[in-house]
Amino acid sequence: MKVLKFTLFLSVIVLGALNIAFTSDEGYQVGDKVKDFSLKNIDGNMVALKDFKDAKGAIVVFTCNHCPYAKLYEQRIIDLNAKYASLGYPVVAINPNDPSIEPDDSFEEMVKRARDKNYTFPYLFDEKQTVYPEFGATRTPHTFVLSKVGDDFVVEYIGAIDDNTKDGAQATAKYVEDAITALSKGDKPAVTFTKAVGCGIKAKK
Amino acid sequence: MFVHLIGLILFFQSPNVVKDRVVPVYTYNEFKPLLHKKSDTVYVINFWATWCKPCIKELPHFDNLESHFAGKKVKVILVSLDFRENVKTQLVPFLDKKKIKSEVVVLDDPNANAWIENIDPDWSGAIPATIIYSKNKRDFFEKEFSEEELNKTVSNYLND
Repeated sequence: MKVLKFTLFLSVIVLGALNIAFTSDEGYQVGDKVKDFSLKNIDGNMVALKDFKDAKGAIVVFTCNHCPYAKLYEQRIIDLNAKYASLGYPVVAINPNDPSIEPDDSFEEMVKRARDKNYTFPYLFDEKQTVYPEFGATRTPHTFVLSKVGDDFVVEYIGAIDDNTKDGAQATAKYVEDAITALSKGDKPAVTFTKAVGCGIKAKK
Repeated sequence: MFVHLIGLILFFQSPNVVKDRVVPVYTYNEFKPLLHKKSDTVYVINFWATWCKPCIKELPHFDNLESHFAGKKVKVILVSLDFRENVKTQLVPFLDKKKIKSEVVVLDDPNANAWIENIDPDWSGAIPATIIYSKNKRDFFEKEFSEEELNKTVSNYLND
């Protein structure tokens, strides 16, 4: 009986340890279900993924005002929404930065920018900075293409919008567009994960 | 005429005169050898950009390393990810204003997805980031360094 108890005890410890080894606390992997969020939009209303009832997915982009890399992609983000929102994949932009570290990324500045550039998509403020760590966003811009599976949103692609920061016209691979084209056909994206240079997310240590 | 001559001499004595600083611009293949030099030196390779505030904050700590470890074999290379179009207009004036003494190169290669992974598979692409390597040791840091922490970390490589 003692041996059995000890074996059970040991098994729990080992399994527990394995669970820690395999559970990532560094954000979503492709295939993960997204925990829904509720964040304030530049119009003052709260926005959640579940609000997009007819969507086939979403393009969640962590982006901001100040970062030169985000600025270089700004028009491409606007263009993605113009092309894909009506096809069921709206852009949802989220600013993950702490304005006390970067004043250009304050809510008031977000409102101004969205108005100046005529954003047609939600530009949400991750005020408590809880959503970007759940996603595992590490820089701006950082894009997550999601597909809707039943009531859930599932991660299908993580990374850069394309492979040329400076000039979208010279990009040889348009990762987000290709991912959505594949998903629209019922396929999985051929490329599911890429990296890019970007500004680190501004958070207090 | 004489006044002009004096003026000219004084002008060139001034420490604020910009000597034409040349910063090489590399593709990734041209840059890569800097990450794999074989010698007794400790190499500190810092990835930064003029538009990256946390990078600018820690840059002096890197720039002071060679004098902090004077007499020891420490070599600093500051790798700017500024675009080549901005080298003359933004990068060089910044380096002159901050009186940066270390070697500076620019890495401008569009296919970041390929070279980020090659520099280090754990790197997400966010800056600042630093590689420190010596003959027997190599580490990658995706973080900001305080002066104290940086000096301590580098001295660990010298003691190995």
